[in-house]
Amino acid sequence: MKVLVPVKRVLDYNVKPRVKADGTGVDLANVKMSMNPFDEIAVEEAIRLKDKGVTEIVVVSIGEQKSQETLRTALAMGADRAILVVSETKVEPLGVAKILAKIVEEEKPDMVILGKQAIDDDNNQTGQMLAGLLNWGQGTFASKVEIADGSVNVTREVDGGAETDTLKLPAIITTDLRLNEPRYASLPNIMKAKSKPMAQKTPADFGVDVTPRLTTLKVVEPAKRSAGIKVADVDALVGKLKEMGVAK
Amino acid sequence: MKTLVWVEHDGQAVKDATLSAVTAASQLGEVHLLIAGQGVDGVAAEAAKIAGVGKVHVADDVAFAHALAENVAPLIVELMATHDAFVAPSTTHGKNIAPRVAALLDVMQISDILSVESEDTFTRPIYAGNAIATVQSSDAKKVITVRGTAFAKAATEGGSGEIEAVASTGDKGLSTFAGSEIAKNERPELTSAKIIVSGGRALASSEQFHATIDPLADKLGAGVGASRAAVDAGYAPNDYQVGQTGKIVAPEVYVAIGISGAIQHLAGMKDSKVIVAINKDEDAPIFQVADIGLVGDLFKIVPELTEKL
Ligand SMILES: Cc1cc2nc3c(=O)[nH]c(=O)nc-3n(C[C@@H](O)[C@H](O)[C@H](O)COP(=O)(O)OP(=O)(O)OC[C@H]3O[C@@H](n4cnc5c(N)ncnc54)[C@H](O)[C@@H]3O)c2cc1C
Ligand SMILES: Cc1cc2nc3c(=O)[nH]c(=O)nc-3n(C[C@H](O)[C@H](O)[C@H](O)COP(=O)(O)OP(=O)(O)OC[C@H]3O[C@@H](n4cnc5c(N)ncnc54)[C@H](O)[C@@H]3O)c2cc1C
Repeated sequence: MKVLVPVKRVLDYNVKPRVKADGTGVDLANVKMSMNPFDEIAVEEAIRLKDKGVTEIVVVSIGEQKSQETLRTALAMGADRAILVVSETKVEPLGVAKILAKIVEEEKPDMVILGKQAIDDDNNQTGQMLAGLLNWGQGTFASKVEIADGSVNVTREVDGGAETDTLKLPAIITTDLRLNEPRYASLPNIMKAKSKPMAQKTPADFGVDVTPRLTTLKVVEPAKRSAGIKVADVDALVGKLKEMGVAK
Repeated sequence: MKTLVWVEHDGQAVKDATLSAVTAASQLGEVHLLIAGQGVDGVAAEAAKIAGVGKVHVADDVAFAHALAENVAPLIVELMATHDAFVAPSTTHGKNIAPRVAALLDVMQISDILSVESEDTFTRPIYAGNAIATVQSSDAKKVITVRGTAFAKAATEGGSGEIEAVASTGDKGLSTFAGSEIAKNERPELTSAKIIVSGGRALASSEQFHATIDPLADKLGAGVGASRAAVDAGYAPNDYQVGQTGKIVAPEVYVAIGISGAIQHLAGMKDSKVIVAINKDEDAPIFQVADIGLVGDLFKIVPELTEKL
């Protein structure tokens, strides 16, 4: 069984994003970039499924040349080979999904495991779009994945609790935070990953038009909250809450 | 613009998040609703009364009973032949369905909008709400999800929508619903609670979480939330999580107890009207956004507070 895992290079989740003064976006110059945390979970899940019938894990990234680093990280974790689709310009989830659909046609995986959202654009779209384009089932926001005969049971985090759906394979899965705890790559594995194969493509190779449909007119900082007051003790807090009408 | 709003319901009643989506849709033009489900006459009658709605399309079929995206999306795509925009609430079901619809229509979705600037221009949060982008769509049809806390809820009375049955597009045979565990919760739902009391990692166990947080919440008639750290450690159920990847809330009062204030947590609650923070570390980032802060040991403060209220 083959699994495809798309991974995205994003601003590291520990870095506080800064909006550029000219309002064109968030400043990504000289800041730490990492693999989208949900995609680490996706890679980890694919690796764990290796005991359960998965034989090959192919990781894909669509982005600038530097996304090679992100792919190497996935290879060091345990993926087998990588495909980089180079685009130095913005590719929206719809474009990403179209490129992934073409790669699926070529690679014929049984499952594609994606992150549920990328923590930069917070779109939460790509997996569902890919499922629509391929006419596959989609198990989004997964907290548990169990492969059965010709199908996969996916427990999903939904408002109010959890839901389990059975999907016919091939299928799309998107990962939620509690699916697993991703491993760190060991030094020997990081060294080994350097010689694992990485193919380079462009969106044009797949005949996909990635012209953006959305134009970002401006990016601003949200209204700032300012720190309020500190009260000395519980009585003062109760007093404040009464003043506000929260407590009687 | 003719707009189709997907109505989220539980088979019995329309969910609140739908009402915010209706408000957003009404800023685009004429509002039509879609109710897909099984045995949904009651829901349809209720939805028809929402202020300002025109047609109420009702698709009643077992294939729609659990809102599986694989079955619902093709139905929406058919209806979109006569609509210009599709709007869904940013709930887990809304987020599951809308992008599939967008891909089938070859449209780039605009996720989680905060405002409608014009028919094609919207604002939306990026980077966990640390930046707000204004985006303009060049697609002929729009597919939009709506952040519930950013729009007022449409009135549930006063409308007289015209109910119209639509033919089912059937079961696509890709997925089946196998079961669900929806927690029975007597407390107000987080996304509509006026007051929320949230606990963090500092609560240190499930027993202490409930013993400390619940009585205060009961006193205040509040909903209960949690940080991801508290949820991951098993102190609180998954759907308590507030934050970038949990619930986005904006109550009148948010009480953060033993929560440090990581940006991913702030992303979910910083639009609350009043933030109260209790933390033993006076430098905890939560105090940078709190209106009222109290530095000290929560295990002393919270019981005392509960008693004195
Ligand atoms: C050079 C460059 C410049 C950019 N500039 C901007 C900009 O100025 N403004 C802006 O808003 N956006 C910009 N982007 C982001 C833009 O590419 C898309 O918005 C983004 O790829 C998809 O949105 P998302 O990650 O929020 O999707 P989501 O739907 O949230 O992603 C979900 C999952 O899909 C997969 N996935 C998504 N994208 C990729 C990818 N590229 N490769 C592999 N897997 C992926 C991952 O598994 C991810 O977890 C830029 C991207 C690049 C490469
Ligand atoms: C991709 C991604 C998504 C995430 N999404 C979310 C999300 O949606 N929601 C979310 O909450 N987090 C999210 N996180 C996690 C986030 O980064 C933080 O790790 C988390 O919010 C920390 O939870 P906490 O504040 O409870 O714990 P901690 O950061 O450990 O804080 C505990 C606090 O309790 C205080 N304390 C300890 N003992 C006491 C005491 N006796 N009395 C008073 N105070 C005490 C400490 O001073 C400290 O400030 C996400 C992370 C990632 C990477």
